[in-house]
Amino acid sequence: MTVAEEAEKYGLHRVGARPTLANYLKQTWQRREFIYELAKARVQSQNQKNRLGMIWIVLKPTFNALMYGFIFGVLQGPNKAPDFPVFVIIGVFLFEFFTTSMNGGAKSITGNKALVQSLAFPRLSLPVAQVTQNFLTLMPMLAVMFIYALILGTTPKWSWFGIVPLLALFTVFNMGIALICARVTVHVRDFTQILPLVGRVLFYTSGVLFSADRLLSHWPWMIAIFDIHPLYQTLQIARGMVMNQAEYDPWAWWVVGGWSLATLVFGLLYFWKAEERYGRAN
Amino acid sequence: MRISFDDLINPDLYPEYEPAPIFSDDTSFIDVVKPEQIKNSDLHVDEFRQPVVIVDNLHVKYEVFSSGKAVGNAGARRLLQPKLKGVRTVHALKGITFVAYENESIGVIGSNGSGKSTLLKAITGLTPPSSGSVYARSRPSLLGVGAALIPDLSGDKNITLGGLALGYSREQVEEMREDITRFAELQEFIDLPMSTYSSGMSARLKFAIAASKKHDILIVDEALAVGDAKFKKRSEAKIREIRDSAGTIFNVSHSMNSIKETCDRVIWIEKGVQMMDGDPDTVIKEYQKHLKAKK
Repeated sequence: MTVAEEAEKYGLHRVGARPTLANYLKQTWQRREFIYELAKARVQSQNQKNRLGMIWIVLKPTFNALMYGFIFGVLQGPNKAPDFPVFVIIGVFLFEFFTTSMNGGAKSITGNKALVQSLAFPRLSLPVAQVTQNFLTLMPMLAVMFIYALILGTTPKWSWFGIVPLLALFTVFNMGIALICARVTVHVRDFTQILPLVGRVLFYTSGVLFSADRLLSHWPWMIAIFDIHPLYQTLQIARGMVMNQAEYDPWAWWVVGGWSLATLVFGLLYFWKAEERYGRAN
Repeated sequence: MRISFDDLINPDLYPEYEPAPIFSDDTSFIDVVKPEQIKNSDLHVDEFRQPVVIVDNLHVKYEVFSSGKAVGNAGARRLLQPKLKGVRTVHALKGITFVAYENESIGVIGSNGSGKSTLLKAITGLTPPSSGSVYARSRPSLLGVGAALIPDLSGDKNITLGGLALGYSREQVEEMREDITRFAELQEFIDLPMSTYSSGMSARLKFAIAASKKHDILIVDEALAVGDAKFKKRSEAKIREIRDSAGTIFNVSHSMNSIKETCDRVIWIEKGVQMMDGDPDTVIKEYQKHLKAKK
C-alpha cells in the first residue's frame, strides 16, 4: 500500500492541493463576508491620513477630467465630440475603475504576501476583494458624475438607469482582467513595472478623450477595430445613455457582454490553475 | 627529442587556457552530512490511533545563487547566460518521515539553520517539497492573524476583519467580540485606531483574535506569549487551552524548558536530517549531549 492510499484511508489529503473548480468557487462564496469587509476596510483606511479624507475619491478624477478635458479640448479643436465636457467626464470616471482594478489586481497576491502565507483561504478572495474595493469607490464617483452632467446641462432621462447593467458587465470584465494580472505578477514581478505604461496606452487608445467616428473618419479600418474594442464600446454605451445627443450602436452590448464573459471565464481558470503556487517562497 | 621554440609557442598544441571558476558547483562542503546518514525510514502508522498528519520522506531543496539571490527571481541573468555558474542547491530537508496523531503535541528542536522553519512551512503547504509529500486532515495553520489586520482601523473593526479572515461568520464574530476584547484587556481603547496602540496592546489584540479559533492542526512558533508578565501568564494558559481543544500541535522553540513542559513528543532535526523522534526527555538529553560535543 502506498503512503497516498494509506493517507486516504484515514481521510488525510495532500496539503495545499488545489480543489476542484466548483469547490473552489464554493469556498470563495463562503468567504464573501470576509471579501466585503476587507474591501470596505481598505476603502476606509485608504484616505484616512489625508486631511480631506474620502473627498479625494471624487476630487482626483475631477482634476483629471479638468486637465485632460482642457488639453485635449484645445488640441482637437473642431474635431472634438459634441458636448465635450460631459463626454470627457464620463470617459475619465469610468476608465478609472478599469485602471485601478488592473493595477490593484496585479498587486493583490504579491502585495498581500504575509496574509497569503499565514492564513488558509481561497486566494481568489484577494483579487475579488480588490475589484470590490474599486467598485465601492466608484459609487460616490458615479453620483458626482451625474451631478456634473446635470450642472453641464444634461437633462435627466430614464435611460440613466441603463448604467446599472452596463456597470455589472464592466465589473465582470475588470474582474477577469484583475485575475489575469494577479497571476502574471506572481510569475513575473517585472509585470508591475510595465503595467502603468499599459494603463496609459489603453487610456489614450480607448476613446476616453475622443470619438473614434469623428477623429478617424479617414481610416475606416481603424474604426472597425474600435467597433470591437471592449473599453471603447463600454464608454460609448454609457455616453449614449447619459448624454443628450450621443447615440450608440445596440451591437455594442454584444461586444461588451462577450468580452466580459470571455475575460472572466479565462481569468478564473487561469487564476485557479496556479492556486498552489501563490504564497510560495520562490 | 628536441623541442623547437616554434612548438613551444604554437597554440594548436596546447589546450586553451581556462580560468578556474570562482563559484564552483561543488556543494559537498554544504552537505556535511553524508548521504548514508540520510535515513529512509519507512512509514509506520499505528492502527489504534487516528493519524492527523503524515509526512512521508520529505525532501526540500532550494536553488540559490552564491550571492544569496533565489534563482527564480533572477530570470534575466538566466536568460543571458544559460550555463549559469554559481548556482547552488541547498538541500534543506533530507528525508523527514513521521506520523502525527490526534491530540499529540510535538516539539521540533534543532540548532539554528537546521531546517525547523522549512519543515513547518512545508507542513503548512507554503514550501513545495522536491520529493515526498505531506498529508493532513485539514490545512495546518499558523497561530497568527496579524497580516489580515489594518492598522488605520479601530480595534473593533479589526476584530471583525480578523474573525472573518479566520473563517468565522459574522454572527460568530459578534458572539466572540466581547470575549476577545476582554481577553486583550482593551475595553477602553477598542474604538481607537490600532495604529495608536502600544506594541504590547496590538500584540495582545492580535493574539486574542488568533487564539479565538479552534484549530485542528496548529503550528506554534516560539515567542508567542506576548505582553507583560501578567498577560504572558494568561496567554500561556490560553495556549494550553487551545492545545487541549486543538487536534494536534507543532511547537517550535529554543527553550528546552517550554518544550519539556508543553510537548509529549519531540522531533530533533540537525542539518535537515531527522536525528531522533521520541519522548521529550530522551531526545532533549541526546540533543544537549550533541551540543556539548560540538563545543
